[in-house]
Amino acid sequence: MARGRRIAADVTRPVWTALSLTALVVGWAAIAAILQSRYLPSPAEVARLFLVELTTGDLLRNVAITLARVAAAALIAFLIGTAIGIFLGRHRDADRFFDSWLIFFLNVPALITIVLCYLWIGLDEAAAITAVALNKIPNVAVTLREGARALDPQYDEMANVFRFDRLKRLRHVLLPQLEPYLAAAARSGLALIWKIVLVVELIGRSSGVGFEIELNFQNFEIGKIFVYALAFMAVIQAIDLLLLQPWERRATRWRREA
Amino acid sequence: MMRVSIAAKNFADRQVLRAVDFELGDGEVLAVVGPSGAGKTTLLRLIAGLDRAFDGTIDIAGPIGMVFQEPRLLPWRRTIDNVALAVPGSPRRPETLKDAADALAQMGLAGEHDTFPRALSGGMARRVALARALVIRPRLMLLDEPFASLDEATADALRGMVADLWRQHRMSVVLVTHDVKEALTLADRIIRLDGQPATIAADVTFGTPPDGRNELWRSETLSRLVGTS
Repeated sequence: MARGRRIAADVTRPVWTALSLTALVVGWAAIAAILQSRYLPSPAEVARLFLVELTTGDLLRNVAITLARVAAAALIAFLIGTAIGIFLGRHRDADRFFDSWLIFFLNVPALITIVLCYLWIGLDEAAAITAVALNKIPNVAVTLREGARALDPQYDEMANVFRFDRLKRLRHVLLPQLEPYLAAAARSGLALIWKIVLVVELIGRSSGVGFEIELNFQNFEIGKIFVYALAFMAVIQAIDLLLLQPWERRATRWRREA
Repeated sequence: MMRVSIAAKNFADRQVLRAVDFELGDGEVLAVVGPSGAGKTTLLRLIAGLDRAFDGTIDIAGPIGMVFQEPRLLPWRRTIDNVALAVPGSPRRPETLKDAADALAQMGLAGEHDTFPRALSGGMARRVALARALVIRPRLMLLDEPFASLDEATADALRGMVADLWRQHRMSVVLVTHDVKEALTLADRIIRLDGQPATIAADVTFGTPPDGRNELWRSETLSRLVGTS
């Protein structure tokens, strides 16, 4: 029965999502029609501008640039944050010493890091990506520290007895235990990083979705702001839905099949 | 095939083992018994190399297989992979997978290759753990209370199974158990650890009499085990 209910819920979920999003668009269209204001373009007007931006190639180019920045910053934050998190989770004294640093860096506002990186490194790509990565590293480290703390020493001992080499230990013992934490860090990371990338682009880059939003803000082109924001949100949602959620499900498959 | 010479093993300021010296021959089945806290599992962990902080030496010839108190199967890997992983090298090699399948078949688990450990019963999980220890063809098998927390019928069936297996494979065995009856059934030598710190209180070697290990034999052997202290 419970399985039947779960399957029914899986089937009806996309229908509910579609209904909900349609209601949102209809509500938006209704408010736009009532207000008749240049400050709130209608969905039809945004769709028209979307096609224009798509045809000129500007939309795809800027989305691709921003996406590349998101990917680079996420990769750097992920690698460094994971290494720090595992180290702190496995070494209690180091954790005690660096815990206050971690709390400090978690609480530094993103804007401060961005401004300081532009000042210290310069108004270039390296500064932009460093600023985003620095904002995310503490979050990844905290998540992976929890993962490393939760590692079961019994599996380590089993691996010792059967002389697992480093690669086998990493692939079959360590990573499967950390995978749910890695997936959680990736999903929450993506949600945070793309928003910070837009701010970084808005402040100091001359390309990307954030730059376009800033440009259209200056020109009072609210419709285009909607186009860029919605297009990029859709791309990020697609990545979450098509890449990260399936990965998370795969990482925890053994819990469900048992 | 193994020489154990432990002068002392301490945990912080507390000495738990003292002057534990013995040798184990090829194909010998040794049971280590003693009260709770007598250092039986500590001794086994020293032999397995899981704890190297002790005064003394342990020399072992050949690979070691071990079955822990809990099966310690990787819950995110299927049964066949849990067994195959014990073999050096990649677990996906065809010959490794064949060895793992053979070991599982020996333990009566031929149909459980793709099962995740959480879906196995307690007895089945122990048998997978035994298959994992067997697949590397160990010369020395270490068992730490492998039948504890199983119901009596399952434990008895498993005892019969492992006794057949180590006779068949001619491996040396160190079995840690708190159950003297189990030791008298499976072993041909028993070491009793006792005292604070624990040391060898009795070391009795015995064979099987012509009319089997009957009640009289059990009670006589038990007296030797207790009386030697």
